[in-house]
Amino acid sequence: MIDVINFISNLAMPFIILIIVFYGFLEKKEVFDKFLEGAKDGIKIVVNIFPTLIGLFLAVGALRNSGIIDIAIRLIEPILHFVNFPSEIMPLAILRPISGSSSIAIATDIMKNFGVDSQIGIMASVIMGATETTLYTIAVYSSSVKIKKTRFVLIASLTADIVGIIASVVICRFLS
Amino acid sequence: MLNFIWPIFIILSFSYAIFSGNLQNLNSGIFESTESAVNLSITMLGTMCLWSGIINVATNTKIINIINKLLKPVIKFLFPEIKHNTKAQNEISMNMVANILGLGNAATPLGLKAMETLQEENEHKETLSNSMIMLIVLNTASIQIIPTTIIAIRSSLGSENPTAIIVPVWIATICAGIAGISITKLLIKYSKKRKNV
Repeated sequence: MIDVINFISNLAMPFIILIIVFYGFLEKKEVFDKFLEGAKDGIKIVVNIFPTLIGLFLAVGALRNSGIIDIAIRLIEPILHFVNFPSEIMPLAILRPISGSSSIAIATDIMKNFGVDSQIGIMASVIMGATETTLYTIAVYSSSVKIKKTRFVLIASLTADIVGIIASVVICRFLS
Repeated sequence: MLNFIWPIFIILSFSYAIFSGNLQNLNSGIFESTESAVNLSITMLGTMCLWSGIINVATNTKIINIINKLLKPVIKFLFPEIKHNTKAQNEISMNMVANILGLGNAATPLGLKAMETLQEENEHKETLSNSMIMLIVLNTASIQIIPTTIIAIRSSLGSENPTAIIVPVWIATICAGIAGISITKLLIKYSKKRKNV
């Protein structure tokens, strides 16, 4: 099973590139020129979002390194405890929308401590698979087109995150 | 939004670090974060250019028409405002395909290209349009067939069944997606109503 899935996930990217280039070649398009044209746009996009990345990483890194995130977790703990949310998962649930790299680190840590195949370990995995780094996505997408007013996008995506995290916990409880 | 969140993050964590005597950590953290932002951008520069190039080839062939036909009902429902903008439709379709296949590296450049195209017909250049919000929400809820990163982590930690999470991930991500789409649709409706009054 794992071999098949590994094969499919390894196949996805080469397969897409192959199909696209092959089709372009068959249709006698100037494939390489078109590729270069597009690739040039890529540089512009990265240059546009680079300042955002610096700012965002600085703020999130400070949040993590100052230890204030632990205080936040301690403040929210009683509420989550009240609704029977597993406290082991909490740091992950809080950091997941904010920082991709630190949520991967925390998830790995949880899996190591509680066992990869334990209920908590599986919960952490499902949360990681089912959600995204919301703040980063919003910041990068908005700043790439120099937009400042983001209206209700944060509320909408955080709702999706919260529902995803709750669903992960419920499903994993149901399974085991 | 970030004009509010960013200073709050900085003020809270910097002042907390000063009062709790955690300055050494904070100092090393500052340099680490700028460094990792540079590293990420350099890695990104490669994949970004690669996928922007590939999509440009794709949009010049008939493949994009096939994908568009398949995704048309979905796009029509989610992005009713871009009926006549085939370029934006193309890019959003490719972004969806990349997300579903779990190609995060490819999804971002494709999504950002779509943002650029949507910005062209955006009436208020400093404000997100409805279609942009939907695109962002879809990308934060990332529905994917194979969650590659987490499977890789699980098998590196010696899991007996690294792929056991796939179906639970599908269910959770679909719940998240439905929640995100419904609330976005609702809030779009609400903001329209308020404008009319």
